[in-house]
Amino acid sequence: MSGHASNYQPKSAFAKWFHERLPIMDMVQGQALDFPTPKNLNYFWTFGGILAVMLVIQIITGVVLVMHYTPHVDMAFNSVEHIMRDVNSGWLLRYMHANGASMFFIAVYIHMFRGMYYGSYKAPREVLWMIGVLIYLVMMATAFMGYVLPWGQMSFWGAKVITNLFSAIPFFGESITTLLWGGYSVDNPTLNRFFSLHFLLPFVIAGLVILHIWALHVVGNNNPTGVSVKGPQDTVPFSPYYTVKDAFAIVIFLMFFALWVFFAPNYLGHAVNYQEANPLVTPAHIVPEWYFLPFYAILRAIPDKLGGVIAMFASILILFVLPWLDTSKVRSGNYRPIFRQFFWLFAINCVILGFAGSGAPDSYFMSHEAAPPDQWALTYKLVGQIATAYYFAHFLVILPLLGLLETPKPLPASISDAVLAESHPSAAAVPAE
Amino acid sequence: MSTAEHAETNRRDFLYIATGSVAAVGAALAVWPFINQMNPDASVLALASVEVDLAPIAEGQEITIKWRGNPVFVRHRLPAEIEAANKVALSDLKDPLARNANLSDGDPATDANRVVGGKEQYLVMMGVCTHLGCVPIGNEGEYAVVEGNVRHGGWFCPCHGSNYDTAGRIRKGPAPENLHIPQYAYLSDSKIRIG
Amino acid sequence: MTILKTLAIAAAGLVLSLGAAQAEGQKTAKDVSFSFEGPFGQFDRAQLQRGYKVYKEVCSNCHAMHLMSFRNLSQPGGPEFSEEQVKALAASFQVQDGPNNDGEMFERPGLPSDRFPSPFPNEQAARAANGGAYPPDLSLITKSRPGWYGTINQLINGIGGPQYVYSVLTGYTPDDQLTEELRKEQPEGKYHNPFFANGPWIGMGPPLSDDQVTFDDGTAGSVSQMARDVSAFLAWAAEPKMEERKRTGFMVLIFLGVLALLLYLSMKKVWAKVH
Repeated sequence: MSGHASNYQPKSAFAKWFHERLPIMDMVQGQALDFPTPKNLNYFWTFGGILAVMLVIQIITGVVLVMHYTPHVDMAFNSVEHIMRDVNSGWLLRYMHANGASMFFIAVYIHMFRGMYYGSYKAPREVLWMIGVLIYLVMMATAFMGYVLPWGQMSFWGAKVITNLFSAIPFFGESITTLLWGGYSVDNPTLNRFFSLHFLLPFVIAGLVILHIWALHVVGNNNPTGVSVKGPQDTVPFSPYYTVKDAFAIVIFLMFFALWVFFAPNYLGHAVNYQEANPLVTPAHIVPEWYFLPFYAILRAIPDKLGGVIAMFASILILFVLPWLDTSKVRSGNYRPIFRQFFWLFAINCVILGFAGSGAPDSYFMSHEAAPPDQWALTYKLVGQIATAYYFAHFLVILPLLGLLETPKPLPASISDAVLAESHPSAAAVPAE
Repeated sequence: MSTAEHAETNRRDFLYIATGSVAAVGAALAVWPFINQMNPDASVLALASVEVDLAPIAEGQEITIKWRGNPVFVRHRLPAEIEAANKVALSDLKDPLARNANLSDGDPATDANRVVGGKEQYLVMMGVCTHLGCVPIGNEGEYAVVEGNVRHGGWFCPCHGSNYDTAGRIRKGPAPENLHIPQYAYLSDSKIRIG
Repeated sequence: MTILKTLAIAAAGLVLSLGAAQAEGQKTAKDVSFSFEGPFGQFDRAQLQRGYKVYKEVCSNCHAMHLMSFRNLSQPGGPEFSEEQVKALAASFQVQDGPNNDGEMFERPGLPSDRFPSPFPNEQAARAANGGAYPPDLSLITKSRPGWYGTINQLINGIGGPQYVYSVLTGYTPDDQLTEELRKEQPEGKYHNPFFANGPWIGMGPPLSDDQVTFDDGTAGSVSQMARDVSAFLAWAAEPKMEERKRTGFMVLIFLGVLALLLYLSMKKVWAKVH
């Protein structure tokens, strides 16, 4: 992969025999155990490992759930309840899988915002970042199709609304939705293909994760200072230093996960999804799972059907070009005082978008009360429009300009210098530049 | 190495070993639900009994019913079949055990031990060849009672050629055991419950 | 910066989930307390047994519970009737089986493995018998009907499903107490119930009246007692593995806590020499 020579020496005759035929232990030693890792990574850097664990948990619980689930419109809902009631530990497996999806997204959002704050997308890590965005896209598709499988009311209507997005495409829209559905509405063929793809895509994600880690190991980790590794004094071997730190963080995250699974297993879902899908009755409010709400708000912000769909996809695709929109040469937000303010504004804006996507468009923001249609009111829709505008402005205006206008703080000479300054405050007086 | 350093090393090693052990125990415990989910679930376990009305089965007739996903043969035997089965010496049997879930494990495979409640005209047994699980064909094989062109009783497994006699005992072929008798009881003179 | 950061984190916490907006005009459910609430809460066996009796004698005339089997009534964590009681209960119903050798369906006494029989063969028959209204299946009613809303409120108090059922059962406005305005609005054959999710007009008449059910344990059968008991029973029916779930949860958390502590100490040791 990269130029880090491994010190692997086969210890037994068998290990030597095997090594000459498949040098996999050499790779494990060089890429996992001895891999030189910046010694100043903070806990935000543990989310990569947490995500890997969550992917494995989702795949294992998913494979096991498939042993009991029936992808047929007449039986899907009941087979999920069969899992909940009759299958040994079925309730545990299903609650782990359902809440695991939310945990996966919590972890991925922290992982992404960490990358944005510390400039992990900047050269030479552009491809690493773009593979990450691709993983996120496939994750969204996987989560969406997985939510359809229990065949509750929100499953059905969520699927119907989201697949209808494609009908906005000029000329081909209707043919595309018919193709997606395999009929004239979301029905058994749709459920079956979503089931098939929901099973397949996690393995695509796993493949992309391998590319993501490969790309990471070519260029090495970024770190909180954003300063590149200058030499061996800046790094520690990944094991045991980061294996134990990641393990600790993973267990803490699993405790957080367990709180949901065992004590509030349905909180992150929708009550209405415990009603079986009924193609004749739409629930009062169709809202996606919490992790899609910001994008749902962007979709609704544009009054034009096609425009809304374009804006929603653009809001994700824009992440691909983020490395070239940010013109600053300084990576870490710690040394960019103005960027740092805008970063948190952007984070708050994303949360506001989430709220904006949660309520009825024409109700007053953060209330259930409908606003009068003929006069100005701060509705969910209006807040969504303002926040959508700011979302795009952050990428298209603020980031490009900031790099040109902002004066960054002086960077430490090396990672070691920064670590020393932190552990011995008196040494911080020594100017780093 | 000084003693203090030595003690320090031991304490550290102990911590790592303890951490590793607890993690390993946790992993082992976490695996269990993923294995156990494959065991029969509550709804499968609950459906483990079926009632059969014997009255409509005429002498020399046999019906097959499904129990726990397997065929069960219920045969109303002719006196000739019972007689043929009684004539066989235990020493001629390939499997001398009764294989009757209603008796103890070591009971001999006499014809009387292949039925329940002394009702020797009704033979109830799993239609599953003890070789590799195929369904044997009735009124077939070398151990059926032959009257002219007609065969009565006896079973022949088409997969690998096992021959069972008129009491469902293995006589010839690769199968190691007599056809198994499931647990069943007479609810009345003409009604049984299997399971 | 710190203010912005704090705000962002607080807001992120809030957005974790947002319930669907409340139907307009629906009254928030009465916050009756149940023994199974909170992380330590367990079901009250006697209450579940009483609740089953209310379901059987009152609700089951119109409402199916197609996910429930008689055998569930004796499983751990539920009403825990004895196996003999369940056999007798099941046998007191006639269930359809078949086809027999003549190709006919036939009726036989129920077995523990049978599902609760449905009062109507299909939705159309149910509607026809109930003036066009469809009595919903009650298997998951307390998990599919929120009694109240709010991101924080639902996190602390749950969705209030059992409270919703209780409130609907006890929340009818008697016809003679309707205001003049409401009386004008009242559709034919409907009753006023401000707690009903698609309300306030509901097709189901007030189902309970005092002493309608005689409890075996001598508890007085007031409307509120029966409503409370049947709500608890339905909460169990919707989440029959709740006790096992909470118990497992505590063991998992304690175990992970110990492991986290050991890993933390190991980490401190490993990192002690760096810098």
